[in-house]
Amino acid sequence: MAANPMSQFDVYRIGPEIKVGAFDISFTNASLFMILSTVSILLIFNLGSKKKSILPNKIQLLAELSYTFVSKMISDTAGSKAKPYFAFIFSLFMFVLFCNMFGMIPYTFTVTSHIIVTFVLAAFIFIGVTVIGFVKHGFGYLKLFVPSGVPAVLLPLIVVIEIISYLSRPISLSVRLFANMMAGHTMMKVFGGFVISLGIVGGWLPLSFSVALTGLEILVAFLQAYVFAILTCIYLNDALNLHH
Amino acid sequence: MVKKIYFQSIFFSFFFIKEAFAAESGGMPQLNPEFWVSQIFWLILTFGIMYLVLSKLILPKISINLESRKSQILENIEAAEKQREDSDAKLKEYDEIISKSKLEANSIFNQAKEKALKDIGAKKEVLDKQIDSEIAEAEKEIDILRKNAPDKINKIAIETSSELLQKLIGTEVNNSSISAIVDDLSKRNGDKYYGN
Repeated sequence: MAANPMSQFDVYRIGPEIKVGAFDISFTNASLFMILSTVSILLIFNLGSKKKSILPNKIQLLAELSYTFVSKMISDTAGSKAKPYFAFIFSLFMFVLFCNMFGMIPYTFTVTSHIIVTFVLAAFIFIGVTVIGFVKHGFGYLKLFVPSGVPAVLLPLIVVIEIISYLSRPISLSVRLFANMMAGHTMMKVFGGFVISLGIVGGWLPLSFSVALTGLEILVAFLQAYVFAILTCIYLNDALNLHH
Repeated sequence: MVKKIYFQSIFFSFFFIKEAFAAESGGMPQLNPEFWVSQIFWLILTFGIMYLVLSKLILPKISINLESRKSQILENIEAAEKQREDSDAKLKEYDEIISKSKLEANSIFNQAKEKALKDIGAKKEVLDKQIDSEIAEAEKEIDILRKNAPDKINKIAIETSSELLQKLIGTEVNNSSISAIVDDLSKRNGDKYYGN
């Protein structure tokens, strides 16, 4: 099992099989790490918001810094109209970040390395943003596909391209996160395997590479969570403030 | 023939490798739909609960806390600003008092100086007047003395000359003739002695 770099992405049932109708909703290792991530998020932010001291302690500072970080990100990219969606984007960022970071601990499971998880998140964002756009602007939201200042000859082509790019948003958003997490973890596993197979003599090079990769992967874990959240903000901005 | 076997072995080995991989993992576990529904279910459940708890309970608290800190800081800054203004005003007041008292001291000094000068002037005037009057009196006396002096001198001259004559000659000379001579002499020489 350990030799295959892909086996770390295996989902397996923990406990009994639970079936609702035809659907299998058994508790798996993926569910375990989703629960671990959410529980740690809630724990940290609950501790961080409990005491209301003027001079914050460390955990309160952490919670408040995250809050201001996300709130600044939203106001910078989507403006003040995006305030009602702050809680959602904050949850999204924290969820993806914690799932990514939990994946960095050896022998854990990375929730976000599964396309179905990232695709559900991205599809929810896509549908939500589209609904918000149509509610705010009515059919005027379709102007999003007609950029201003384009020659009439090119317009049919541009509109088709815009529609394709709009429709591919959930795919690009989900595949970006999933592929980054999968590739990084696979690579770490491969280099870890090299350390074992090359032994005490030649294993030092892949080991040092593995150490460097771990640092890089922690950066990627944060960066991909940030990118996921900021792209959501940008899509939201398109829906809230129609620029075209 | 050898070539054919060689190629065949390569082909078979390829096949076997593929077979082995398939047996071990079945490709990417992510594309195995067996647990997709379970993952979607648990994702919606955990994320939904986390979203609800964060948005309803935790984030408002953090927001209120941040706001209260902000307002507290603003209040403190305002208070500090006010105190600074107060101290500025007090400093100004102090400066004013200092300059006013300086002016006052100056005026008091000037007044005192003036008063002293006036006193001195008045006293000097009185003294001057006194001195003038005394000088005038003295001059008057001198004048009287000067006026009386020739007569007395004449008288003395007459008496002495009559006595001289009596002693020298032994005869009594008529006083009136002597006085006539003395008068005549004093009139001629008077200017020489009294020189006015």
